[in-house]
Amino acid sequence: MTNKLRKTGLIFFPAFDWAISPTHPEREERLLYTQDQVFEEGLLDFDNIIEYKPGMATVDDINRIHICVPDASSVTTESHLISAGGAITAADKVLQGEVDNAFALVRPPGHHSMMVVHGARGFCNVNIEAIMVEYIRHTYGPKRVAIIDTDCHHGDGTQDIYWHDPDTLYISIHQDGRTLYPGSGFPDEFGGPNALGATVNIPLPPKTSEEGFLYVLDNLIMPILDDFKPDLIVNSAGQDNHYTDPITDMRFTAQGYAILNDRLSPDIAVLEGGYSVETALPYINVGIILAMAGIDYSYVTEPDYDPQAIRQSPELTQYIEKEVELIHDLWNNREAQKASMKKNSEFISRTKNIYYDTDGIHEEQTETIRVCDDCGGLLTIDSRANFMDRIFAVIIPRGSCSMCRKKGEEIFNTTEQRPFKHVYFQDRERDVFHVK
Amino acid sequence: MILGIDVGGTHTDAVIIDDFEIKKTAKVLTNHENLIETFQEVTETILGDENIDDLDRIVLSTTMSTNAIVQGKVNKVGMILASGPGLAPSMLKINEHTHFLSGYVNHRGIKIAETDYNEVSSISQRLKDVGIRHVGIVGKFSTRNPELETHIADMINTDFEHLSFGHRMSGNLNFPRRVATTYLNAAIWNTYRAFVEDVLKFVETIKASIPIYILKADGGTSDINQSAKYPVGTILSGPAASIMGILSLSNFTEDAIALDIGGTTTDIAIFAEGVPLLEPFGVTIEGHKTLTRGLRSKSIGVGGDSKVSYDNGSIVIGPERAGPAAAFGGPYPTPTDAMIILGLTDIGDKQMAEIAVGTIADKMGVSVPEAAQTIFDLSCRKIADAVNEMIEEINNKPVYTIHEILEGKKISPEALFVVGGPAKPMASRLGDLLGCPSHIPDHSEVANAIGAALARTTTEITLLADTEKKTMTIVEEGIQQEISPQFEREEGLNICRERLRERALKMGAQEEDMEMEIIEDQTFNMVRGYYTTGKNIRLKAQIKPGLIAGYRKEASI
Ligand SMILES: [Zn+2]
Ligand SMILES: [Zn+2]
Repeated sequence: MTNKLRKTGLIFFPAFDWAISPTHPEREERLLYTQDQVFEEGLLDFDNIIEYKPGMATVDDINRIHICVPDASSVTTESHLISAGGAITAADKVLQGEVDNAFALVRPPGHHSMMVVHGARGFCNVNIEAIMVEYIRHTYGPKRVAIIDTDCHHGDGTQDIYWHDPDTLYISIHQDGRTLYPGSGFPDEFGGPNALGATVNIPLPPKTSEEGFLYVLDNLIMPILDDFKPDLIVNSAGQDNHYTDPITDMRFTAQGYAILNDRLSPDIAVLEGGYSVETALPYINVGIILAMAGIDYSYVTEPDYDPQAIRQSPELTQYIEKEVELIHDLWNNREAQKASMKKNSEFISRTKNIYYDTDGIHEEQTETIRVCDDCGGLLTIDSRANFMDRIFAVIIPRGSCSMCRKKGEEIFNTTEQRPFKHVYFQDRERDVFHVK
Repeated sequence: MILGIDVGGTHTDAVIIDDFEIKKTAKVLTNHENLIETFQEVTETILGDENIDDLDRIVLSTTMSTNAIVQGKVNKVGMILASGPGLAPSMLKINEHTHFLSGYVNHRGIKIAETDYNEVSSISQRLKDVGIRHVGIVGKFSTRNPELETHIADMINTDFEHLSFGHRMSGNLNFPRRVATTYLNAAIWNTYRAFVEDVLKFVETIKASIPIYILKADGGTSDINQSAKYPVGTILSGPAASIMGILSLSNFTEDAIALDIGGTTTDIAIFAEGVPLLEPFGVTIEGHKTLTRGLRSKSIGVGGDSKVSYDNGSIVIGPERAGPAAAFGGPYPTPTDAMIILGLTDIGDKQMAEIAVGTIADKMGVSVPEAAQTIFDLSCRKIADAVNEMIEEINNKPVYTIHEILEGKKISPEALFVVGGPAKPMASRLGDLLGCPSHIPDHSEVANAIGAALARTTTEITLLADTEKKTMTIVEEGIQQEISPQFEREEGLNICRERLRERALKMGAQEEDMEMEIIEDQTFNMVRGYYTTGKNIRLKAQIKPGLIAGYRKEASI
């Protein structure tokens, strides 16, 4: 390990009075034993670990990145505002230089929440990292941000939100979508035409262990980060890759998570999933906190830790090595591929069917991006939930060019409210949000 | 009639309180080399020709344990730690006789790994070889299941004079603090017990069978014999005596600030609705963060005798004291000198004060009174800033429920109480700066002794019930027993109250002083798979710090 002490902010909010339902994985008990372990290890007594109370995110913070139907207050509760607020507090402490890095150990999570929100999916209502990242850009100016999502599930929400943003690199490392919810996150999901390559998916086969994860980190994620040169690294720190997680099938460990954090050295980490509340989370979280603070974490292991027993097979190692090579090639060729994709089109559309498992909602969506060399591109979204509530949204990107802005304003002004329930106008450059 | 005694850094004060009125006070110099002698002297002075038969109790606030630690008059202690996974052992080693062994209890109190008899006995041998007689045994999560510690003790208890157990120090989590607390308890074991024996022997000569109480860091009292079982509970009772003194002299029920302005430092304490706040984890002594319950106080290096200097274009106050004020022959100007010049107080030699402050005035290029005003303003502002910082810290204390985030109570002080030498000249300015009326309690010169005399017995108890595991522990009492899977929170609350009452009585509490409070009350459904497998019930109850029953402001103290 690096052995350099860092000042680490900890925003710990276990929401001991909130659950999706009494026996749901996202329940009161989830961070109980993590709290026990953090307290018992005396981590809050370290001079370089400082605990902060989370703030509360506002409707404006949400409207900066989401199109909530019908509006932000209807799809969130206080718990979501505190969870996103905790991430924002972490960001403030880092960006104001009060600490070197910060960990928002908060719940509920957010990485399955997409740009348009009709309800909850994958235990998520709003995307707490995206809300945080846009808050950072709004408050502290434009930033190139890399989000490394180490949750076991593909962060399809975060991917959706940043699909067209060339300034946000989203890398997700997760269990192969053919074997796990939400079923997406394959290497050919590589970003929209204006931002090709800014989305990188690294699906891993079930039973990948420390060796595999760290191989991907060292040989793929770190080199890509070196190329992208972000101003800020965010770890979407899901913990369900653990060998005891009840809803996934991976073999990652507390030591592994700590090493990963040490090497990745994120500016901000935000908790996502992780549902082995008793045998994994207490150790993983202590490991991550120590690693971020630069304190010796080599003794942080699960009481039954046996690396030999959970080692991945040699075939699996070979498979991962091949995949890493393939994705690295894809990354290296991204500019050429981007050019050929953009050729001869002004608008490119894609249609999506999105299922909200938590709330049982079906959404049909058509998204249209203006191909643009000068900015992330004007985006319009036509979405309908449960074949009823239809909305239309016009989104002007941050750093928009004058043409994308002009066209966007024109479209919003000339779109009649009927047949839509609402028509939204989100101007990220000027921080304006209108609904009609 | 109650006799209250406070052994302070310079003086030892005594006060006799009869029917809640101060009958008599006395003051002698403290002899740190022989505290028992000081105790005898002050007791004999104040009792004089009082009728001993009227004496109901003696309460003593002493620096005995604190001094033993500060001066290093401690036993050589062997530490046996079962630390399991987590922090590296190198970070937990408290002295050269710290040994680690296998064996681990997890956060739920489930024993994951056993201790090894051979390991234990070889450590025991090594400790004996270097002449160690006192041993601390501390396991990680031993508050969740003390068995591992007691099991180790069973293997070695004939080898040593005394064993201190980690789980008996506090029901709170924090392994490094548990290690430090247990270590200190073992370290001062002999010194403190010898002191208790001396006190008992001496009191015997005045009157047999009078109850003697010791003030603890949490502002509560404990029977002296009980206190000898856990000497570490008696460290840092000085600030507690002062805080309880202010409480008893000004009896109020709103949020308030208390300041004790001394020569070198100012101690700040905060009251929430008239109740002094406790440190969140425990007190810190000589760099050791402990689990010993203590009143929350903050000390800053600004006092009447703080050295004032002029450095790089600005005035610097403290943090050190280089002697008395110049007006009393000290070597440097001090805030006290400034107050003398400004006519805020009428003590010492004004001319000498002016000469000293004059050196600062010259450097600043202003008149002497102007320099004095600047020094005075800055001293007050530094204290006020520290108070505001402390209140902000308390109000920003992290909370873990949505309810607390939305409804959390905030401290907003409505009164300021000031004691100590410079109280009179500084109080009203500090009140202005802090936005609340200031008060200087009467008799504040013996506030600490009064605080000790009138403090009630306090204690705390932690109940943990895990209905999946079918066990309940009350670790402070060393209780671990089987419960039915149907065990309910209400049942736990009843047990908690009953056990707390028994514990308090054992410590010398009076029935009328049982002001109980449930300070933690959480129940979690434990779900494995998609089924509820049990409940995790966490309760904590305390007798909160406060004054003994019958005490009223109307009683004209
Ligand atoms: Zn997940
Ligand atoms: Zn454009």
